[in-house]
Amino acid sequence: MNLESLKSEIEANIPGCALEMILNPSPCAQHSLLVQPQHALAVAIYLRDTPELRFDYCSNVTGIDWPAPEAPGKVNLKEMEEDFEQDDEDCATAGYLEVVYHLYSMALKHGPVILRMRTCDRGKRVHLPSLTPVWRSADFQEREIFDLFGVIFDGHHDLRRILMWDEFKDHPMRRDYVEPDDYEYEPTAHEEVLRKTMHHYAKH
Amino acid sequence: MTTLTPPTPKLHLSPKPSVLGDDAQLLEVSMGPQHPSTHGVFRMDVALDGEDVVKLKPIFGYLHRNHEKIAENETYLGSMPYTDRLDYFCSLTNNWAYALAVESLAGIVVPERAEYLRVITAELTRLQNHTCLVGFLMQDMGASGTPLMYAFREREKILDLFESLTGARMMCNYMRFGGCRVDLPAGWLEEAKKVVAAYPRFLDEFENMLTGSEILMARTQGVGVISAELSINAGITGPLLRAAGVNYDLRKVDKYGIYDRFQFRIPIGDHGDVYDRYMIRVLEMRESVKILEQALRDLPEGPIQDPKTKVRNFKPKPGEAYGRIESPKGELGFYLVSDGTPRPYRYRVRPPSLINLTLLEDMCLGRNVADVVIILGSVDIVMGEVDR
Repeated sequence: MNLESLKSEIEANIPGCALEMILNPSPCAQHSLLVQPQHALAVAIYLRDTPELRFDYCSNVTGIDWPAPEAPGKVNLKEMEEDFEQDDEDCATAGYLEVVYHLYSMALKHGPVILRMRTCDRGKRVHLPSLTPVWRSADFQEREIFDLFGVIFDGHHDLRRILMWDEFKDHPMRRDYVEPDDYEYEPTAHEEVLRKTMHHYAKH
Repeated sequence: MTTLTPPTPKLHLSPKPSVLGDDAQLLEVSMGPQHPSTHGVFRMDVALDGEDVVKLKPIFGYLHRNHEKIAENETYLGSMPYTDRLDYFCSLTNNWAYALAVESLAGIVVPERAEYLRVITAELTRLQNHTCLVGFLMQDMGASGTPLMYAFREREKILDLFESLTGARMMCNYMRFGGCRVDLPAGWLEEAKKVVAAYPRFLDEFENMLTGSEILMARTQGVGVISAELSINAGITGPLLRAAGVNYDLRKVDKYGIYDRFQFRIPIGDHGDVYDRYMIRVLEMRESVKILEQALRDLPEGPIQDPKTKVRNFKPKPGEAYGRIESPKGELGFYLVSDGTPRPYRYRVRPPSLINLTLLEDMCLGRNVADVVIILGSVDIVMGEVDR
């Protein structure tokens, strides 16, 4: 199946939807379609329910982190933050998180069609629509992306951490994640006890 | 436009009035993570009304070591031994899936003999995985010891073959990009032919003991039923999907490697219950034996490694690829993104065991705890792959 014709077919059937083709230069040539988040659900339902397409099986869902390339020299973080708030165009420079869906058709035995969605930035605007209502197989995988990358899927029925424990704060699959020195660190009364002991020995 | 609500889990049995009447309270039981029936460190939070399961939440992560992050800091080849540790029962199919993804990323052609060796080792892996699974399923059902020991006796013969070929029984680390690591040692082919030729007899013996057993039927028939539509929507793959009646096997659909050269059939179930899953696996083993007989007969001479592929400083061009194979547990896929450096920019494993657990709650609702154990047993999970 030709991805070009699929792209124009989707655009013709879903009003206002503009897709971008992302070319894959590797020899396998698995090109993909970049979907705007606000149209993702409509596109997904169209792909699943159109009789000639019938992408009834969502095989793989995964995230990719694309931080902005580091600017040379010193960067004033505070200034950058203010810039984001002022200008929407600028947020693309701050990098983004990408979610990739690999779709196949079990009924017609064709595929893959690869859908991609991108968040605005890697900070606060990381909301994407969940496709779990369309394909239930995305359930655990979207939870995993939420857990490890920090993408928030709107419309997911049970968005919790899946692999890390609930109290865990960060998102370990991000490129700039820094491991803590001690995962198990808990403040104890050790120093307090030691101080009292020294005090006791000094007195007696 | 269709509705967007996910399919709500249905009760398989009509809810019975509780013995305690309206005052009945739910009992919450935490099954696992240290429980012999959970096949590793897996936990289910089960809410019980009397003996019936009314809610079940799987909890993962006890064996999580962020395999994907480790692989991103490792060279392409450096991750190959680590793929053995995903599904440690089927290290050879894991190797193959990873090699396939890298090969499609870099456009590597595999020599014919290496393709045959891959098919042979993968089908042997399927045999031993399914044999062990049936053994463990019987163990879960309370047939302590005997069926499992029969299964392990046969598995031992296949592991001996792996050991003499690859040097390791379970952590084989056998495949390379563009071929395999070592060629067959002297006498291996004869030994393998002997093991394969004896396998149908063992299967007959196994089936004689199990397939017609009244206890097995009473415990498994009509238990853990899932429909074909729901299975497809939830991404269930492998024997579970085929037991539900969907004809989808990547060996036939994608024809990866050289699977189009072999004559074999895909067994399909029609009830989608635990008994069908058991039966599908037994029938699949018989088909694997057929593939093995053909592959061992037709194995050509020749090189086992593509000479153009660099072993050191292997750098695929920027791009991405998704490679998938039919592993014994389902569709095992690797998704790789390359940025032109010796390390993958993104490395993702599509674990069949994890995604097959999506419907665990649907399968267990309305059943009792003893059924939960065998339903989980029939899904065939390995925690190394679920948690990665």
